[in-house]
Amino acid sequence: MAIGVKVLDRPIEQTSYVRATLKGMALTAKHLLNPQKVTTQYPEQKKPLSPRWRGTHRMLTTEEGKAKCVACGLCPTICPANCIKLVPGEDEKGNRYPLIFEIDEFRCIFCGYCQEVCPEEAIHLGRHYENSEYSRQGFVYDLERLTAQTHPVCEMWDPADPKGE
Amino acid sequence: MTTFIQPLLQVVDPQLPPPSGVVYFVATVIKMLVVFTIYMVGVALLTLAERKISAWIHDRIGPNRVGPGGLLQPAADGLKNIMKEETYPGAANLPLFVLAPAIAFVPALLTWCVIPFASPLPTPWGLIDMVVAPLPVGYLFILAISSLGVYGIVLAGWSSNNKYALLGGLRSSAQMISYEIAMGMATIPVLLLAGNVALNDIVLQQAHGLWNVLGLTVAFLIFLVAAFAETNRLPFDLPEAESELIAGYHSEYSAMKFSMFFIAEYANMVTASALMVTLFFGGWDIPGQWDVAPWSAWKTLATGGFFLFKVMFFLFFYMWIRWTLPRFRYDQLMALGWKFMLPLSLSYIVIMASAILGLDAAGVARGSWMFGLSLLALNVVLVGILLFLIDRGRLISPAYSRLDKRNVDKLRAVAARSSLMAEGRN
Repeated sequence: MAIGVKVLDRPIEQTSYVRATLKGMALTAKHLLNPQKVTTQYPEQKKPLSPRWRGTHRMLTTEEGKAKCVACGLCPTICPANCIKLVPGEDEKGNRYPLIFEIDEFRCIFCGYCQEVCPEEAIHLGRHYENSEYSRQGFVYDLERLTAQTHPVCEMWDPADPKGE
Repeated sequence: MTTFIQPLLQVVDPQLPPPSGVVYFVATVIKMLVVFTIYMVGVALLTLAERKISAWIHDRIGPNRVGPGGLLQPAADGLKNIMKEETYPGAANLPLFVLAPAIAFVPALLTWCVIPFASPLPTPWGLIDMVVAPLPVGYLFILAISSLGVYGIVLAGWSSNNKYALLGGLRSSAQMISYEIAMGMATIPVLLLAGNVALNDIVLQQAHGLWNVLGLTVAFLIFLVAAFAETNRLPFDLPEAESELIAGYHSEYSAMKFSMFFIAEYANMVTASALMVTLFFGGWDIPGQWDVAPWSAWKTLATGGFFLFKVMFFLFFYMWIRWTLPRFRYDQLMALGWKFMLPLSLSYIVIMASAILGLDAAGVARGSWMFGLSLLALNVVLVGILLFLIDRGRLISPAYSRLDKRNVDKLRAVAARSSLMAEGRN
């Protein structure tokens, strides 16, 4: 079988170095003199996040400053990544509260099911992305840390308002 | 005693060369220091300029964190490179490995010493030439020294004991030797017009007549392309060729020794730009009354500034080309050098030599407006012919070599029988 050879037979105007070079240089000069401003100077300028951005968690608190969580156990049950550790407790009045509430942010897949399932609107995903720690242990957020977060929280998708208007 | 005192008491005419060797020596040392300082600072700033210009061409912003507008970036880079660890490959030839970066850098610096950068400066001790070493062999010295630059790269490639580095070094030697011929040939018409190889005389000839770029555009174009190849800049940076050879000849280098190759590249660029300006753009010449005696300090300053401006334009041009054109393939590089530039420069020498001889025989005085005008007319015709020939792909082949019609038909017939090709068509 013969070898298939692709024969290039371009029109003669396209085979010249001179025109192509001049054309290319005109293009680069155009960008040099009149650049399109596309850069965001990150630490100083930040792009707005979507209202439905799902970042690291935040636990909302009651007016007394206690976590809203009633330790119902729905969020560790629904969590597909199994990243929430919850040990429920009960005070003398019979109110349930979490003894231990830990989220491993490395295991979390940021699906937002915990926020959706929460009956007390306690656990939320945050509109926040600057997370860095010096150790892996630092990414296991305990209750104290979750309640101390102040960043805005994610707005879940609402079937009545699908476009988030 | 009188014979010793007399030269010191003598009132020296500022418009004449200094009579004493001491003045010459002191002036040379001062010029060396000034030129070296400006040169090295300029080279450092060029690295920043390159990054900024590349950024602007890419619609980016470029380095802007160190100092106002990123101006201290070269200092930060230098500091980083000094602090970094120097690595030595186990199998490298150590003496040559250490020597190579210096050999790459020194010739570029040496070449600069014969380039006149301003009009002569009158001082109470006599007229001082604004060139570090006004050698009578000027241009020949440049040709001799600039060919040494290839040693640094070849030795770096060989002594690293690395196959990629060696390939880079080999490519660079082949490339620089090929283009040096065309470069030297292209400047022969310049020397014919000046009647001398001293660079000062070449500048003065252009100052009194036409800038060589107007009279010898073809030579300028050949010199421009060859200068890009000589300095290993894109589109001729085959010795580096990241996509094929990692980093070519400096793959094994780290820290300040790696930085030296960068400094050498930019130093070479400055020298090549200064050469282009000197040979073709009138050197320090400003058209008008700036380039004739009597000399003054203002004229020195103005001509020096204008020289700097012209050099900077070419440096910008280097960067503009770098961020526009892709790299040549190796065979294209060789074909361009040997099959196109060399015959072109040879035939250009013949044409220009006969033209100058004809004008001399016809009794047209060198430097007269008739002489300049006829050269200009000839030049327009030659450039027209050259552009016509290149533009239609008749002389240099583009990305593929053009087949003649018979071969195309044969290949088409083969392709038509092949089922593989039939699929490719659709």
